[in-house]
Amino acid sequence: MSWLAGPFEYEFMRRALLACVLIGFTNGFLGAYVVLRRLALVADALSHSMLPGLALAAMLIGLNPGGLLLGGLFAAIFVALGGHVIASSSRVKDETAVAALYIFAFAMGIALIKYARVKISLEHFLFGNVLGIADTDLLTSYCISVVTLLSLVALQRPLLLALFEASVARTQGIRVGLLLGLLVILIVLAMVSSLQAVGVLLSLGLLVLPAATIYLLCDSYAAMSWGGGVIGAVSAIAGLQISFWANIPSGPAIILVLGTLFLGAYLFGPKYGITSRWLRKRHMHEESLKRWQ
Amino acid sequence: MSGRLIIEDLTVSYHRIPAVHHLDVQLASGSCIGLLGPNGAGKTTLLKALAGLLPIETGQVSFNGHPIAAARLITYVPQREVVDWDFPITVRGLAEMGRYSVLGLWKPFGARDEAIVGEALQVADLTAFANRQLKALSGGQQQRAFLARAWAQEAEIYLLDEPFGGLDKNASQAFAAAIHRLRDSGKLLIVSHHNLVDARELFDHVLILNGELVAFGPTDETLISENIDRAYSTRIFTGRKR
Repeated sequence: MSWLAGPFEYEFMRRALLACVLIGFTNGFLGAYVVLRRLALVADALSHSMLPGLALAAMLIGLNPGGLLLGGLFAAIFVALGGHVIASSSRVKDETAVAALYIFAFAMGIALIKYARVKISLEHFLFGNVLGIADTDLLTSYCISVVTLLSLVALQRPLLLALFEASVARTQGIRVGLLLGLLVILIVLAMVSSLQAVGVLLSLGLLVLPAATIYLLCDSYAAMSWGGGVIGAVSAIAGLQISFWANIPSGPAIILVLGTLFLGAYLFGPKYGITSRWLRKRHMHEESLKRWQ
Repeated sequence: MSGRLIIEDLTVSYHRIPAVHHLDVQLASGSCIGLLGPNGAGKTTLLKALAGLLPIETGQVSFNGHPIAAARLITYVPQREVVDWDFPITVRGLAEMGRYSVLGLWKPFGARDEAIVGEALQVADLTAFANRQLKALSGGQQQRAFLARAWAQEAEIYLLDEPFGGLDKNASQAFAAAIHRLRDSGKLLIVSHHNLVDARELFDHVLILNGELVAFGPTDETLISENIDRAYSTRIFTGRKR
Protein backbone atom coordinates (compact mmCIF):
# COMPACT_ATOMS: atom_id res chain seq x y z
CA MET A 1 0.00 0.00 0.00
CA SER A 2 3.02 2.29 0.15
CA TRP A 3 2.20 3.53 -3.33
CA LEU A 4 -0.89 5.20 -1.87
CA ALA A 5 1.32 7.40 0.29
CA GLY A 6 3.90 7.82 -2.47
CA PRO A 7 2.56 10.98 -4.05
CA PHE A 8 2.38 12.72 -0.70
CA GLU A 9 6.14 12.84 -0.28
CA TYR A 10 5.87 16.04 -2.28
CA GLU A 11 4.95 19.22 -0.44
CA PHE A 12 2.55 20.37 -3.19
CA MET A 13 0.73 17.04 -3.08
CA ARG A 14 0.24 17.24 0.69
CA ARG A 15 -1.19 20.71 0.27
CA ALA A 16 -3.45 19.46 -2.52
CA LEU A 17 -4.61 16.61 -0.30
CA LEU A 18 -5.62 18.98 2.47
CA ALA A 19 -7.43 21.21 -0.03
CA CYS A 20 -9.28 18.20 -1.45
CA VAL A 21 -10.54 17.09 1.95
CA LEU A 22 -11.71 20.62 2.86
CA ILE A 23 -13.32 21.46 -0.47
CA GLY A 24 -14.74 17.99 -1.09
CA PHE A 25 -16.39 17.73 2.31
CA THR A 26 -17.81 21.26 2.36
CA ASN A 27 -19.22 21.09 -1.16
CA GLY A 28 -20.63 17.61 -0.60
CA PHE A 29 -22.31 18.66 2.65
CA LEU A 30 -23.81 21.80 1.13
CA GLY A 31 -24.84 19.84 -1.96
CA ALA A 32 -27.62 18.09 -0.02
CA TYR A 33 -29.45 21.40 0.28
CA VAL A 34 -28.79 22.25 -3.38
CA VAL A 35 -30.28 18.94 -4.52
CA LEU A 36 -33.28 19.13 -2.17
CA ARG A 37 -34.11 22.69 -3.22
CA ARG A 38 -33.49 21.78 -6.92
CA LEU A 39 -30.93 24.53 -7.19
CA ALA A 40 -28.45 22.60 -9.37
CA LEU A 41 -29.03 24.72 -12.47
CA VAL A 42 -29.03 27.95 -10.48
CA ALA A 43 -25.71 26.86 -8.95
CA ASP A 44 -24.37 26.17 -12.45
CA ALA A 45 -25.43 29.64 -13.53
CA LEU A 46 -23.77 31.17 -10.47
CA SER A 47 -20.51 29.34 -11.16
CA HIS A 48 -20.36 30.83 -14.65
CA SER A 49 -21.31 34.29 -13.54
CA MET A 50 -18.25 34.48 -11.27
CA LEU A 51 -16.00 34.87 -14.32
CA PRO A 52 -16.41 38.64 -14.97
CA GLY A 53 -15.83 39.32 -11.27
CA LEU A 54 -12.66 37.23 -11.33
CA ALA A 55 -11.47 38.99 -14.47
CA LEU A 56 -12.20 42.43 -13.04
CA ALA A 57 -10.39 41.58 -9.81
CA ALA A 58 -7.42 40.28 -11.80
CA MET A 59 -7.42 43.49 -13.87
CA LEU A 60 -7.57 45.84 -10.94
CA ILE A 61 -5.47 44.15 -8.26
CA GLY A 62 -3.80 41.19 -9.95
CA LEU A 63 -4.03 37.57 -8.88
CA ASN A 64 -4.66 38.20 -5.20
CA PRO A 65 -6.84 35.46 -3.68
CA GLY A 66 -8.78 37.87 -1.48
CA GLY A 67 -9.56 40.05 -4.47
CA LEU A 68 -10.56 37.09 -6.60
CA LEU A 69 -12.84 35.87 -3.80
CA LEU A 70 -14.61 39.20 -3.54
CA GLY A 71 -14.82 39.66 -7.31
CA GLY A 72 -16.35 36.24 -7.88
CA LEU A 73 -18.67 36.60 -4.91
CA PHE A 74 -20.02 39.99 -5.99
CA ALA A 75 -20.47 38.98 -9.62
CA ALA A 76 -22.42 35.85 -8.67
CA ILE A 77 -24.60 37.64 -6.11
CA PHE A 78 -25.21 40.41 -8.65
CA VAL A 79 -26.49 37.84 -11.15
CA ALA A 80 -28.59 36.02 -8.53
CA LEU A 81 -30.21 39.23 -7.29
CA GLY A 82 -30.59 40.61 -10.82
CA GLY A 83 -32.33 37.42 -11.91
CA HIS A 84 -34.67 37.67 -8.94
CA VAL A 85 -35.49 41.32 -9.72
CA ILE A 86 -36.16 40.64 -13.42
CA ALA A 87 -38.29 37.58 -12.61
CA SER A 88 -40.42 39.40 -10.07
CA SER A 89 -40.92 42.54 -12.15
CA SER A 90 -41.65 41.01 -15.57
CA ARG A 91 -43.32 37.96 -17.07
CA VAL A 92 -39.97 36.18 -17.52
CA LYS A 93 -39.64 33.30 -15.04
CA ASP A 94 -36.77 32.77 -12.57
CA GLU A 95 -34.66 30.26 -14.46
CA THR A 96 -34.89 32.19 -17.74
CA ALA A 97 -33.92 35.46 -16.06
CA VAL A 98 -30.92 33.87 -14.33
CA ALA A 99 -29.87 32.09 -17.55
CA ALA A 100 -30.07 35.32 -19.52
CA LEU A 101 -27.92 37.17 -17.01
CA TYR A 102 -25.35 34.48 -16.34
CA ILE A 103 -24.53 33.81 -19.97
CA PHE A 104 -24.21 37.55 -20.52
CA ALA A 105 -21.86 37.74 -17.53
CA PHE A 106 -19.87 34.74 -18.73
CA ALA A 107 -19.30 36.32 -22.16
CA MET A 108 -18.30 39.56 -20.49
CA GLY A 109 -15.83 37.65 -18.33
CA ILE A 110 -14.16 36.03 -21.32
CA ALA A 111 -13.86 39.42 -23.01
CA LEU A 112 -12.49 41.10 -19.86
CA ILE A 113 -9.77 38.51 -19.25
CA LYS A 114 -8.01 39.80 -22.37
CA TYR A 115 -7.42 43.09 -20.57
CA ALA A 116 -6.09 41.67 -17.31
CA ARG A 117 -2.83 43.31 -16.21
CA VAL A 118 -1.17 40.00 -15.35
CA LYS A 119 -1.16 37.32 -17.98
CA ILE A 120 -3.68 34.70 -16.86
CA SER A 121 -4.95 31.84 -18.91
CA LEU A 122 -8.66 31.40 -19.33
CA GLU A 123 -8.03 27.69 -18.94
CA HIS A 124 -6.85 28.17 -15.37
CA PHE A 125 -10.13 29.81 -14.35
CA LEU A 126 -12.23 27.33 -16.26
CA PHE A 127 -10.57 24.11 -15.08
CA GLY A 128 -8.44 25.00 -12.05
CA ASN A 129 -5.40 23.12 -10.78
CA VAL A 130 -5.38 21.78 -7.26
CA LEU A 131 -1.64 21.04 -7.50
CA GLY A 132 -0.87 24.74 -7.79
CA ILE A 133 -2.80 25.68 -4.66
CA ALA A 134 -1.11 28.33 -2.49
CA ASP A 135 -1.19 28.83 1.28
CA THR A 136 -3.56 31.77 0.94
CA ASP A 137 -5.95 29.64 -1.14
CA LEU A 138 -5.85 26.97 1.56
CA LEU A 139 -6.60 29.54 4.24
CA THR A 140 -9.52 30.88 2.18
CA SER A 141 -10.91 27.37 1.72
CA TYR A 142 -10.51 26.69 5.42
CA CYS A 143 -12.42 29.83 6.42
CA ILE A 144 -15.18 29.17 3.90
CA SER A 145 -15.51 25.58 5.13
CA VAL A 146 -15.84 26.66 8.74
CA VAL A 147 -18.44 29.35 7.94
CA THR A 148 -20.46 27.06 5.64
CA LEU A 149 -20.50 24.00 7.90
CA LEU A 150 -21.27 26.00 11.05
CA SER A 151 -24.14 27.86 9.37
CA LEU A 152 -25.64 24.69 7.92
CA VAL A 153 -25.43 22.74 11.17
CA ALA A 154 -26.82 25.63 13.21
CA LEU A 155 -29.69 26.29 10.83
CA GLN A 156 -30.43 22.68 9.93
CA ARG A 157 -33.92 22.56 11.41
CA PRO A 158 -35.38 25.74 9.89
CA LEU A 159 -33.61 25.00 6.59
CA LEU A 160 -35.21 21.57 6.36
CA LEU A 161 -38.64 22.95 7.18
CA ALA A 162 -38.20 25.61 4.51
CA LEU A 163 -36.92 23.18 1.87
CA PHE A 164 -39.57 20.56 2.48
CA GLU A 165 -42.61 22.81 2.42
CA ALA A 166 -42.10 26.56 2.34
CA SER A 167 -45.68 27.53 3.18
CA VAL A 168 -45.84 25.33 6.27
CA ALA A 169 -42.47 26.71 7.37
CA ARG A 170 -43.80 30.26 7.00
CA THR A 171 -46.76 29.48 9.25
CA GLN A 172 -44.22 28.55 11.93
CA GLY A 173 -42.61 31.96 11.68
CA ILE A 174 -39.58 30.91 9.62
CA ARG A 175 -38.10 33.57 7.32
CA VAL A 176 -37.96 31.37 4.23
CA GLY A 177 -36.73 34.08 1.84
CA LEU A 178 -33.88 34.98 4.17
CA LEU A 179 -32.79 31.34 4.54
CA LEU A 180 -32.81 30.74 0.79
CA GLY A 181 -30.81 33.93 0.25
CA LEU A 182 -28.26 32.67 2.76
CA LEU A 183 -28.16 29.32 0.95
CA VAL A 184 -27.32 31.09 -2.34
CA ILE A 185 -24.52 33.01 -0.63
CA LEU A 186 -23.12 29.77 0.83
CA ILE A 187 -23.25 28.18 -2.63
CA VAL A 188 -21.26 31.04 -4.12
CA LEU A 189 -18.73 30.85 -1.27
CA ALA A 190 -18.28 27.11 -1.75
CA MET A 191 -17.77 27.62 -5.47
CA VAL A 192 -15.18 30.29 -4.89
CA SER A 193 -13.33 27.88 -2.63
CA SER A 194 -13.40 25.09 -5.21
CA LEU A 195 -12.31 27.43 -7.99
CA GLN A 196 -8.59 26.86 -7.56
CA ALA A 197 -9.08 23.10 -7.39
CA VAL A 198 -11.48 22.36 -10.24
CA GLY A 199 -12.29 25.68 -11.92
CA VAL A 200 -15.49 27.46 -12.87
CA LEU A 201 -16.83 24.78 -15.19
CA LEU A 202 -16.32 21.75 -12.96
CA SER A 203 -17.15 23.28 -9.57
CA LEU A 204 -20.80 22.27 -10.01
CA GLY A 205 -19.76 18.60 -9.94
CA LEU A 206 -18.26 18.84 -6.45
CA LEU A 207 -21.45 20.49 -5.25
CA VAL A 208 -24.13 18.32 -6.82
CA LEU A 209 -22.74 14.84 -7.50
CA PRO A 210 -22.13 13.61 -3.90
CA ALA A 211 -25.62 14.52 -2.65
CA ALA A 212 -27.26 13.27 -5.85
CA THR A 213 -25.49 9.92 -5.34
CA ILE A 214 -26.74 9.54 -1.76
CA TYR A 215 -30.23 10.70 -2.79
CA LEU A 216 -30.37 7.56 -4.96
CA LEU A 217 -29.31 5.35 -2.06
CA CYS A 218 -31.33 6.31 1.01
CA ASP A 219 -34.24 8.21 2.53
CA SER A 220 -32.50 10.33 5.12
CA TYR A 221 -31.66 14.00 4.69
CA ALA A 222 -29.05 13.76 7.43
CA ALA A 223 -27.30 11.03 5.46
CA MET A 224 -27.46 13.23 2.38
CA SER A 225 -25.44 16.02 3.95
CA TRP A 226 -22.99 14.05 6.13
CA GLY A 227 -22.68 11.23 3.59
CA GLY A 228 -22.36 13.75 0.79
CA GLY A 229 -19.50 15.37 2.67
CA VAL A 230 -17.70 12.06 3.16
CA ILE A 231 -18.19 11.01 -0.47
CA GLY A 232 -17.00 14.43 -1.61
CA ALA A 233 -13.83 14.29 0.46
CA VAL A 234 -12.98 10.64 -0.34
CA SER A 235 -13.64 11.12 -4.07
CA ALA A 236 -11.48 14.22 -4.15
CA ILE A 237 -8.59 12.24 -2.60
CA ALA A 238 -9.17 9.34 -5.00
CA GLY A 239 -9.26 11.76 -7.93
CA LEU A 240 -6.01 13.29 -6.77
CA GLN A 241 -4.33 9.85 -6.69
CA ILE A 242 -5.66 9.03 -10.16
CA SER A 243 -4.48 12.35 -11.52
CA PHE A 244 -0.99 11.65 -10.12
CA TRP A 245 -0.65 8.11 -11.46
CA ALA A 246 -2.52 8.51 -14.77
CA ASN A 247 -1.06 11.95 -15.39
CA ILE A 248 -4.38 13.67 -16.12
CA PRO A 249 -5.51 17.07 -14.76
CA SER A 250 -6.76 16.86 -11.17
CA GLY A 251 -10.12 18.63 -11.69
CA PRO A 252 -11.49 16.25 -14.31
CA ALA A 253 -10.06 13.25 -12.40
CA ILE A 254 -12.03 14.22 -9.25
CA ILE A 255 -15.26 14.82 -11.18
CA LEU A 256 -14.82 11.53 -13.07
CA VAL A 257 -14.66 9.64 -9.76
CA LEU A 258 -17.81 11.41 -8.51
CA GLY A 259 -19.60 10.87 -11.81
CA THR A 260 -18.77 7.17 -11.74
CA LEU A 261 -20.19 6.84 -8.22
CA PHE A 262 -23.37 8.66 -9.29
CA LEU A 263 -23.89 6.40 -12.30
CA GLY A 264 -23.14 3.38 -10.11
CA ALA A 265 -25.85 4.43 -7.66
CA TYR A 266 -28.26 5.04 -10.51
CA LEU A 267 -27.62 1.63 -12.02
CA PHE A 268 -27.08 -0.56 -8.97
CA GLY A 269 -28.57 1.25 -5.95
CA PRO A 270 -30.44 -1.34 -3.86
CA LYS A 271 -33.65 0.70 -3.47
CA TYR A 272 -33.88 3.33 -6.19
CA GLY A 273 -31.35 1.91 -8.71
CA ILE A 274 -32.84 0.86 -12.05
CA THR A 275 -31.38 -2.66 -12.01
CA SER A 276 -32.97 -3.60 -8.71
CA ARG A 277 -36.24 -1.97 -9.72
CA TRP A 278 -36.24 -3.97 -12.91
CA LEU A 279 -35.59 -7.20 -11.02
CA ARG A 280 -38.32 -6.39 -8.51
CA LYS A 281 -40.90 -5.79 -11.23
CA ARG A 282 -40.35 -9.24 -12.72
CA HIS A 283 -40.70 -10.78 -9.32
CA MET A 284 -44.03 -9.02 -8.75
CA HIS A 285 -45.20 -10.15 -12.14
CA GLU A 286 -44.57 -13.81 -11.34
CA GLU A 287 -46.28 -13.39 -8.03
CA SER A 288 -49.41 -12.00 -9.58
CA LEU A 289 -49.34 -14.72 -12.27
CA LYS A 290 -49.35 -17.35 -9.53
CA ARG A 291 -52.33 -15.71 -7.93
CA TRP A 292 -54.27 -15.97 -11.16
CA GLN A 293 -53.39 -19.59 -11.80
CA MET B 1 -57.11 23.04 26.03
CA SER B 2 -60.47 24.60 25.29
CA GLY B 3 -60.62 27.84 23.43
CA ARG B 4 -62.33 30.14 21.02
CA LEU B 5 -61.03 31.34 17.70
CA ILE B 6 -62.56 34.75 17.13
CA ILE B 7 -62.50 36.18 13.64
CA GLU B 8 -63.59 39.82 13.55
CA ASP B 9 -64.26 41.85 10.41
CA LEU B 10 -61.66 39.88 8.44
CA THR B 11 -60.95 41.05 4.87
CA VAL B 12 -58.22 39.46 2.75
CA SER B 13 -57.39 40.84 -0.69
CA TYR B 14 -55.31 39.90 -3.71
CA HIS B 15 -54.02 43.08 -5.34
CA ARG B 16 -56.57 45.15 -3.46
CA ILE B 17 -59.49 43.04 -4.67
CA PRO B 18 -61.07 41.34 -1.65
CA ALA B 19 -61.38 37.54 -1.80
CA VAL B 20 -62.78 37.24 1.71
CA HIS B 21 -64.97 40.12 2.74
CA HIS B 22 -65.66 41.37 6.31
CA LEU B 23 -65.96 37.95 7.90
CA ASP B 24 -67.24 37.77 11.49
CA VAL B 25 -67.37 34.36 13.12
CA GLN B 26 -66.48 32.57 16.37
CA LEU B 27 -65.29 28.96 16.36
CA ALA B 28 -64.93 26.75 19.42
CA SER B 29 -62.27 24.12 20.15
CA GLY B 30 -63.38 20.52 19.96
CA SER B 31 -65.20 20.97 16.69
CA CYS B 32 -64.58 19.88 13.14
CA ILE B 33 -65.72 22.64 10.82
CA GLY B 34 -66.36 22.18 7.12
CA LEU B 35 -65.45 25.19 5.01
CA LEU B 36 -67.81 25.00 2.05
CA GLY B 37 -68.48 27.14 -0.99
CA PRO B 38 -68.05 27.24 -4.76
CA ASN B 39 -64.65 27.47 -6.46
CA GLY B 40 -63.25 30.95 -5.94
CA ALA B 41 -65.35 31.53 -2.83
CA GLY B 42 -62.23 32.28 -0.79
CA LYS B 43 -61.83 28.97 1.09
CA THR B 44 -58.08 28.62 0.49
CA THR B 45 -57.64 32.37 0.95
CA LEU B 46 -59.29 32.22 4.37
CA LEU B 47 -57.14 29.25 5.46
CA LYS B 48 -53.96 30.94 4.27
CA ALA B 49 -54.87 34.19 6.00
CA LEU B 50 -55.52 32.34 9.27
CA ALA B 51 -52.18 30.58 8.85
CA GLY B 52 -50.43 33.92 8.41
CA LEU B 53 -49.45 33.24 4.79
CA LEU B 54 -51.50 36.14 3.41
CA PRO B 55 -51.65 39.65 4.83
CA ILE B 56 -54.89 40.67 6.50
CA GLU B 57 -56.41 43.86 5.11
CA THR B 58 -58.93 44.61 7.84
CA GLY B 59 -59.99 43.00 11.07
CA GLN B 60 -58.25 40.65 13.47
CA VAL B 61 -58.05 37.02 14.48
CA SER B 62 -57.48 35.91 18.04
CA PHE B 63 -57.43 32.65 19.96
CA ASN B 64 -58.37 32.86 23.64
CA GLY B 65 -57.79 36.57 23.55
CA HIS B 66 -54.31 36.42 22.03
CA PRO B 67 -53.52 37.28 18.41
CA ILE B 68 -52.79 34.03 16.57
CA ALA B 69 -49.43 35.20 15.33
CA ALA B 70 -48.14 32.87 18.07
CA ALA B 71 -47.36 30.48 15.29
CA ARG B 72 -47.04 27.23 17.20
CA LEU B 73 -50.73 27.03 18.03
CA ILE B 74 -51.75 26.86 14.42
CA THR B 75 -50.88 24.33 11.76
CA TYR B 76 -51.54 24.43 8.06
CA VAL B 77 -51.73 21.36 5.82
CA PRO B 78 -51.34 22.44 2.20
CA GLN B 79 -53.04 20.92 -0.83
CA ARG B 80 -51.35 17.69 -1.94
CA GLU B 81 -50.00 19.10 -5.20
CA VAL B 82 -47.55 21.50 -3.57
CA VAL B 83 -45.67 18.87 -1.51
CA ASP B 84 -42.43 17.26 -2.75
CA TRP B 85 -43.20 13.61 -1.96
CA ASP B 86 -39.70 12.51 -3.05
CA PHE B 87 -38.14 14.40 -0.14
CA PRO B 88 -35.83 11.97 1.68
CA ILE B 89 -37.80 11.71 4.89
CA THR B 90 -39.76 9.00 6.67
CA VAL B 91 -43.15 9.32 8.36
CA ARG B 92 -41.42 9.45 11.74
CA GLY B 93 -39.03 12.10 10.40
CA LEU B 94 -41.98 14.21 9.29
CA ALA B 95 -43.62 13.92 12.70
CA GLU B 96 -40.28 14.85 14.32
CA MET B 97 -40.21 17.99 12.16
CA GLY B 98 -43.29 19.07 14.11
CA ARG B 99 -41.13 19.25 17.26
CA TYR B 100 -38.62 21.66 15.64
CA SER B 101 -40.74 24.72 16.36
CA VAL B 102 -40.98 23.63 20.00
CA LEU B 103 -37.29 22.78 20.36
CA GLY B 104 -35.80 25.70 18.43
CA LEU B 105 -32.36 25.46 16.82
CA TRP B 106 -30.40 23.48 19.38
CA LYS B 107 -32.43 21.71 22.02
CA PRO B 108 -31.95 17.96 21.57
CA PHE B 109 -34.78 15.45 21.40
CA GLY B 110 -35.77 14.26 24.86
CA ALA B 111 -37.98 11.47 26.18
CA ARG B 112 -41.01 13.74 26.14
CA ASP B 113 -40.45 14.59 22.48
CA GLU B 114 -40.13 10.92 21.62
CA ALA B 115 -43.37 10.20 23.49
CA ILE B 116 -45.26 12.94 21.67
CA VAL B 117 -43.99 11.74 18.29
CA GLY B 118 -45.12 8.21 19.16
CA GLU B 119 -48.51 9.56 20.21
CA ALA B 120 -48.76 11.53 16.98
CA LEU B 121 -48.16 8.42 14.90
CA GLN B 122 -50.82 6.63 16.92
CA VAL B 123 -53.42 9.39 16.48
CA ALA B 124 -52.80 9.33 12.72
CA ASP B 125 -52.88 5.50 12.75
CA LEU B 126 -49.45 5.33 11.12
CA THR B 127 -47.37 3.53 13.74
CA ALA B 128 -46.91 0.57 11.42
CA PHE B 129 -45.64 2.87 8.66
CA ALA B 130 -43.27 4.97 10.77
CA ASN B 131 -40.18 4.03 8.78
CA ARG B 132 -41.67 4.38 5.31
CA GLN B 133 -40.58 7.11 2.96
CA LEU B 134 -43.49 9.47 2.16
CA LYS B 135 -43.83 8.41 -1.44
CA ALA B 136 -44.26 4.78 -0.39
CA LEU B 137 -47.55 5.73 1.31
CA SER B 138 -51.01 5.91 -0.21
CA GLY B 139 -52.69 9.30 -0.66
CA GLY B 140 -54.74 8.98 2.52
CA GLN B 141 -51.73 7.89 4.56
CA GLN B 142 -49.77 10.86 3.23
CA GLN B 143 -52.50 13.21 4.44
CA ARG B 144 -52.52 11.51 7.83
CA ALA B 145 -48.74 11.87 8.03
CA PHE B 146 -49.25 15.63 7.99
CA LEU B 147 -51.78 15.29 10.82
CA ALA B 148 -49.13 13.41 12.80
CA ARG B 149 -46.71 16.26 12.25
CA ALA B 150 -49.32 18.80 13.38
CA TRP B 151 -50.03 16.77 16.52
CA ALA B 152 -46.31 16.63 17.34
CA GLN B 153 -46.25 20.41 17.03
CA GLU B 154 -48.91 20.47 19.79
CA ALA B 155 -51.05 22.68 17.59
CA GLU B 156 -54.53 23.64 18.75
CA ILE B 157 -55.93 24.82 15.41
CA TYR B 158 -55.64 22.64 12.31
CA LEU B 159 -56.17 24.26 8.91
CA LEU B 160 -56.63 21.58 6.23
CA ASP B 161 -56.92 22.58 2.57
CA GLU B 162 -59.01 20.06 0.59
CA PRO B 163 -57.57 17.02 2.40
CA PHE B 164 -60.18 14.70 0.90
CA GLY B 165 -59.26 15.60 -2.68
CA GLY B 166 -58.38 12.46 -4.63
CA LEU B 167 -59.02 10.04 -1.74
CA ASP B 168 -61.15 6.95 -2.36
CA LYS B 169 -63.88 5.80 0.02
CA ASN B 170 -61.72 3.75 2.37
CA ALA B 171 -58.99 6.35 2.53
CA SER B 172 -61.58 9.06 3.18
CA GLN B 173 -63.07 7.05 6.03
CA ALA B 174 -59.68 6.46 7.62
CA PHE B 175 -58.84 10.16 7.29
CA ALA B 176 -62.21 11.18 8.71
CA ALA B 177 -61.64 8.86 11.65
CA ALA B 178 -58.28 10.53 12.28
CA ILE B 179 -59.66 14.08 12.21
CA HIS B 180 -62.55 13.03 14.46
CA ARG B 181 -60.02 11.65 16.96
CA LEU B 182 -58.34 15.05 16.91
CA ARG B 183 -61.66 16.81 17.44
CA ASP B 184 -62.54 14.53 20.33
CA SER B 185 -59.28 15.42 22.03
CA GLY B 186 -60.26 19.08 21.96
CA LYS B 187 -58.64 20.40 18.80
CA LEU B 188 -60.25 22.87 16.41
CA LEU B 189 -60.21 21.70 12.80
CA ILE B 190 -61.14 23.90 9.84
CA VAL B 191 -61.35 21.80 6.70
CA SER B 192 -62.03 23.16 3.24
CA HIS B 193 -64.18 20.76 1.27
CA HIS B 194 -66.08 20.80 -2.00
CA ASN B 195 -68.35 17.76 -1.78
CA LEU B 196 -71.67 18.66 -0.16
CA VAL B 197 -72.90 15.05 -0.15
CA ASP B 198 -70.61 13.72 2.60
CA ALA B 199 -70.29 17.01 4.50
CA ARG B 200 -73.01 15.93 6.91
CA GLU B 201 -71.02 12.86 8.06
CA LEU B 202 -67.70 14.65 8.27
CA PHE B 203 -68.40 17.93 10.01
CA ASP B 204 -70.29 18.93 13.13
CA HIS B 205 -70.34 22.56 11.96
CA VAL B 206 -70.17 24.12 8.51
CA LEU B 207 -69.06 27.56 7.42
CA ILE B 208 -70.45 28.44 4.00
CA LEU B 209 -68.59 31.13 2.09
CA ASN B 210 -68.93 32.91 -1.20
CA GLY B 211 -66.58 35.82 -0.78
CA GLU B 212 -68.56 36.79 2.30
CA LEU B 213 -70.13 34.67 5.01
CA VAL B 214 -73.31 32.94 3.83
CA ALA B 215 -74.01 30.89 6.93
CA PHE B 216 -72.32 29.31 9.92
CA GLY B 217 -73.69 26.86 12.45
CA PRO B 218 -74.28 23.22 13.32
CA THR B 219 -74.33 21.13 10.13
CA ASP B 220 -77.93 19.94 10.45
CA GLU B 221 -79.31 23.44 10.79
CA THR B 222 -76.96 25.18 8.38
CA LEU B 223 -76.47 22.86 5.44
CA ILE B 224 -79.95 23.49 4.06
CA SER B 225 -81.00 24.17 0.50
CA GLU B 226 -81.66 27.84 1.12
CA ASN B 227 -78.05 28.47 2.20
CA ILE B 228 -76.63 26.23 -0.50
CA ASP B 229 -78.59 28.12 -3.14
CA ARG B 230 -77.40 31.41 -1.79
CA ALA B 231 -73.78 30.24 -1.91
CA TYR B 232 -73.78 28.51 -5.26
CA SER B 233 -76.40 30.12 -7.49
CA THR B 234 -75.46 33.75 -7.15
CA ARG B 235 -72.29 35.09 -8.61
CA ILE B 236 -69.38 35.23 -6.22
CA PHE B 237 -69.14 38.47 -4.33
CA THR B 238 -65.78 40.05 -5.07
CA GLY B 239 -66.39 43.57 -3.85
CA ARG B 240 -65.77 44.82 -7.37
CA LYS B 241 -68.43 46.20 -9.71
CA ARG B 242 -68.75 44.44 -13.03
